[in-house]
Amino acid sequence: MTSKDGGARGVAPVAFAGAKTSRHGQDKIFHAVALCCGALILVALGAVVLFLLLRAWPIFAGPHAQTSAVFASLSGGKAHGFWQYVGPLVFGTVVIAALALAIAFFVAVGVALFITFYARKRIQTILNYVVDLLAAIPSVIYGLWGALVLVPATYPFWNWVSVHLGWIPLFAGPAANPPRTVASAAVILAIMIMPIITSMTRDIFAATPRLNQEAALALGATKWEMIKLTALPFAKSGMVSASMLALGRALGETMAVMMVLSPGMTYSWHWLQASKSQTIAANIAAQYPEADSLGVSALIATGLVLFVITFVVNLLARRITRKGGAR
Amino acid sequence: MAVSERPTPDFSKFKSSEALLKQREWKSRIMAGIIGLAFVIAMIPLISLLWTTIARGVKRLNLNFLAYNMSGVIGGMPTPTGGHGGIEHAIIGTLEVTLGAMLISVPVGLMCAIYLTEYARGSKFAKAISLLVNVMSGIPSIVAGLFAFSLFAILMGPGVSNGFEGSVALSILMIPTVVNSSVEMLRIVPDDLREASYALGVTKSRTIVKVVLRTALPGIVSGVILAIARVIGETAPLLMTAGFIVTTNWNLFSGQMTTLPVFVYQEYSKMSVTCPPTAGPGCVASIPSERSWAAALVLIAIVLVLNLVGRLVQHLFSVETK
Repeated sequence: MTSKDGGARGVAPVAFAGAKTSRHGQDKIFHAVALCCGALILVALGAVVLFLLLRAWPIFAGPHAQTSAVFASLSGGKAHGFWQYVGPLVFGTVVIAALALAIAFFVAVGVALFITFYARKRIQTILNYVVDLLAAIPSVIYGLWGALVLVPATYPFWNWVSVHLGWIPLFAGPAANPPRTVASAAVILAIMIMPIITSMTRDIFAATPRLNQEAALALGATKWEMIKLTALPFAKSGMVSASMLALGRALGETMAVMMVLSPGMTYSWHWLQASKSQTIAANIAAQYPEADSLGVSALIATGLVLFVITFVVNLLARRITRKGGAR
Repeated sequence: MAVSERPTPDFSKFKSSEALLKQREWKSRIMAGIIGLAFVIAMIPLISLLWTTIARGVKRLNLNFLAYNMSGVIGGMPTPTGGHGGIEHAIIGTLEVTLGAMLISVPVGLMCAIYLTEYARGSKFAKAISLLVNVMSGIPSIVAGLFAFSLFAILMGPGVSNGFEGSVALSILMIPTVVNSSVEMLRIVPDDLREASYALGVTKSRTIVKVVLRTALPGIVSGVILAIARVIGETAPLLMTAGFIVTTNWNLFSGQMTTLPVFVYQEYSKMSVTCPPTAGPGCVASIPSERSWAAALVLIAIVLVLNLVGRLVQHLFSVETK
């Protein structure tokens, strides 16, 4: 019981002694329920890890011949052990998510700057709504649009890139047609995570001390210099944590990647060629329907790896937010 | 005193030349252009997505599409009712699965928020919980699906697949959102209200229920609506928990259930059907992709309406406080 509670009890009139005890009981029950629900968060997170471990256990404990056969069938004969199987998947997940973040970050910050410093008040509210709207569209629709509209439409661009920038190994051709490639998947993910970064950085930009901005302008700074001198340093840690959160989202995104990317199990850096990489999440969703009991165990084990990666990224993001003085 | 002894700064060094001024001016203008360009680039996908979904979705969206399920649909052949199959079962599935998730996550999330703000404000345990809530909000949806799947497989035997399993998966994703928005709303409630209630001899639990929650209610409602809008479009966790069927299933606790996002995905993966030459003009080869666009349009409409309602409630609430 907290001290506040004691104070509240103290003022209850003595005449209601009987009612007081029953009300007091109610109070206790309410407190206990609230505490339980708080603790339930811990339990739920623990249960997620526990049940995933339990269900994944057979793939680690089972006879070697059987498990290696499972990995061989899941990877098309390329992997025979867990780490061999999950390695390329982790590589694909991280590369695609990082690429998406690299594309989305500058655009997102640009949009946030536009909304905060360039747009008029009236337009601001509309734009805020538009950004939220982008964030609200379900990922399966991004996947549908990406696979049927964006991917076919971008082939000329990727082809141009591979022809003119092909001397950079990353863009080595020939560009796949249709471009169901790492590059296309990263673009889709970038579009999906952009609103997250925009809405978070926009809030921080809007919180930039007004006096700093006016001081900068009074000293004769141009608008851009004002932004560079006041808003950007102020929002630095917030921008980092926003992009970490967005990275966490990109790492776990399933549907859009599954619908756009043509999967492969290699450590390839050729972003414009098809069937090079696959992400953990998309791999689980794609292989799950056809997997047998042990196969599902193997996929759940890869899910655990994904969970650990996103957990660490999110924890880091929150740490940065707490340390940075922006909030 | 000894003013004259001070070195006189060479102010001419700081005098801005006309060229430098121009250069700075231009730089600012160029950056404004780049920022505007970023904005335009960001708008292209949104407009394209909305436009294609509406343009392609309207084609198959009619009353028949909304009122019938997919049972008895053969290839691209028209059904006896005059349509080409529909999403009635998916709409019912979506509503029931989401309602189930809501019934789990709203009480839990709300009580957790009450614990964080009213009982354990600032304590170490509360800080740990709120950190974990934040981390939990970053759990990939597919991991939530795997969790629900493992839970039901271990507790109820392998091969279990029902709508409630999907509700459990969705509630893992929904609880953190509900907690965060509720905490924010409960913090806004002024302490004066609580103290006034205590001073009248009202117990803590009654104060919370009758005063604090009532004051914060519109904000909490809008938070819940936004949380629903977020999970209603989830696909991956439902793919592996709720399953996929073509007939209508009203029972949340037994048998597979189709939801709208899963329907969109399933129809997308069929791409097209073949029409034999004898099929006649009623057969539409591209019907699966048309169905998936139409279902996507319905899904977007639901999500946008939910968002709009949530924001409207929020807006009305914020006017009240001022």
